[in-house]
Amino acid sequence: MSVLIFVDQTEGHIKKASFEALTYGAKVADQLGTTAEALVLGTVNDDLAALGKYGVKKVHQVANETLNHVDTQLYAKVIAEAVTASGANVVVFSHNQTGKAVSARVAARLKAGIVAGASSLPDTSNGFVVRKPVFSGKAYANVSINSPIKVISLNPNSYKTVAGEGTAEVVALNVAVDASKIKITAVNKVVGEVPLTEADIVVSGGRGLKGPENWGVLLDLAKELHAATACSRPVGDAHWRPHHEHVGQTGVQVAPNLYIALGISGAIQHLAGVNRSKVIVVINKDPEAPFFKAADYGIVGDLFEVVPKLTEEIRKMKASA
Amino acid sequence: MKILVCVSKSPDTTSKIAFTDGNTKFDEAGVQWIINPYDEWYALVRAIELKEKDPATVIHLVTVGLPDCDPIIRKALALGGDEAIRVNTDSSDSYYIAAQIAEVAKKGAYDLIFTGKETIDYNGSSIGGMVAELVDAPYVSLATLFELNGTTASITREIEGGEEVCEVSLPVVVSCQKGISEQRIPNMRGIMAARTKPLQVVEPASIETLTSIVNYELPPAKAGVKLVSPDNVAELVRLLHEEAKAI
Ligand SMILES: Cc1cc2nc3c(=O)[nH]c(=O)nc-3n(C[C@H](O)[C@H](O)[C@H](O)COP(=O)(O)OP(=O)(O)OC[C@H]3O[C@@H](n4cnc5c(N)ncnc54)[C@H](O)[C@@H]3O)c2cc1C
Repeated sequence: MSVLIFVDQTEGHIKKASFEALTYGAKVADQLGTTAEALVLGTVNDDLAALGKYGVKKVHQVANETLNHVDTQLYAKVIAEAVTASGANVVVFSHNQTGKAVSARVAARLKAGIVAGASSLPDTSNGFVVRKPVFSGKAYANVSINSPIKVISLNPNSYKTVAGEGTAEVVALNVAVDASKIKITAVNKVVGEVPLTEADIVVSGGRGLKGPENWGVLLDLAKELHAATACSRPVGDAHWRPHHEHVGQTGVQVAPNLYIALGISGAIQHLAGVNRSKVIVVINKDPEAPFFKAADYGIVGDLFEVVPKLTEEIRKMKASA
Repeated sequence: MKILVCVSKSPDTTSKIAFTDGNTKFDEAGVQWIINPYDEWYALVRAIELKEKDPATVIHLVTVGLPDCDPIIRKALALGGDEAIRVNTDSSDSYYIAAQIAEVAKKGAYDLIFTGKETIDYNGSSIGGMVAELVDAPYVSLATLFELNGTTASITREIEGGEEVCEVSLPVVVSCQKGISEQRIPNMRGIMAARTKPLQVVEPASIETLTSIVNYELPPAKAGVKLVSPDNVAELVRLLHEEAKAI
């Protein structure tokens, strides 16, 4: 028995969401009175022994370069072998772009029940029950996993990373890796921007900004806060902003610590993608805008006047801190 | 070219979410059912576009659900599917559903299997990956562009902080999202034609469910918004820093 945590890497570096998954997996192991182990696929530059500080005792690594790119077919095979080799009965992923795809395949391969997008630790008082948001964040379901092996993919930003002391033993895992059937021809990273799903703070703009030429006020605020930028659906549809910024029920779902909405009315479909944010700030000139009902803090006012002041005040606050 | 598009029914995006039977069942009273938007706008429409380019293409739809799914299947046929298969069962377990789809997929020997990136009710995002595993095919998730060149697909997919372009030989399973195509409205001719298109109902294969929903909860209500005057923006910054500890 053990808990195996899949550690996701990109270009040799471990992703932030994996630290959450590690902390979470170690806690699950604690709960079950067993040990937590990590699995890293591909070659990495980061110090893997240091993953011990999140509570894992052992890090298995399949240091095969073919695995530096995610091919879910190869990954599922390798991870399933690692699960068998380590005798794991709980497998934890982060529910990020990679984890979403890989966890599903691994679950099917191992015939293991999965909670995709978990937001709580398992309740083991009576079975193994994990909470997850459903209906795009409008409700939660408590899901019981009834199979011997259990797969959990943890929603990013729903479990706090805790780093303590400790080093892990790094062991090489020898698993045969097939050739990939997927040929990667290009990788285009958006440089200098905070990835939306990993961001602590998101600044989002709606039709109230009137046109793409007005985005400067929003970008200045985002820059001051090291925030990722997002937008409402009509803004994406009108190509004022790239479509990967579209949040909501039919766009990206985010759950940052702070979500700042500028000139967004707060339609139900928009809220469905952002309502798991810890703190919501709304700036809108219409006091009747539905978004205020879902907000923690708000300013009724013209965003073109308020936002530059807000950026300035934050700058001042930071300078005095 | 044979394409299988997985569609599921989901409550309209404006539906009030409530539960009955001691919070163990979704309250369907007054709920309007729609085709899950990711399945409709992206998976299905992209399949239709491929058929428009190559009329020899055949599009089959598959849904796992009870007879109350038939209206949304007819709508999907009106948009442009050729034939539909409904596996006559219902479950909240994604493995069970994926395994039913995989049975259909294996029989039909499809070149391409399209799904939406997730459903807007259970938000599982697992079906595509599971089907791919069960039919042992490559899987490309979160596709934003899809082009076919003979039997090779060129696919752009979302990765964290950017995108990746890849090439893969068919067969392949693809989960589709915004970018790959645009929403369409069915026209009168499509709606008429859909009435006579085959909708085959098959009984489910015997497959275990691996998870079950114990109950549902609604999120706690927000305490109410604290409004700050637009002339006192510094106060908002103070609240965010000291009270909310968010900046
Ligand atoms: C099936 C379906 C799915 C959908 N999915 C999504 C989704 O995923 N995401 C999404 O966002 N939408 C989605 N929508 C659309 C949604 O219903 C709304 O139409 C959309 O969110 C509105 O965008 P908006 O708030 O930017 O624009 P509007 O509703 O036009 O709101 C603009 C707001 O800006 C304010 N404003 C204007 N000028 C100023 C100013 N100078 N200063 C301050 N405030 C100002 C106005 O008071 C208004 O509240 C979906 C709709 C459907 C039917």
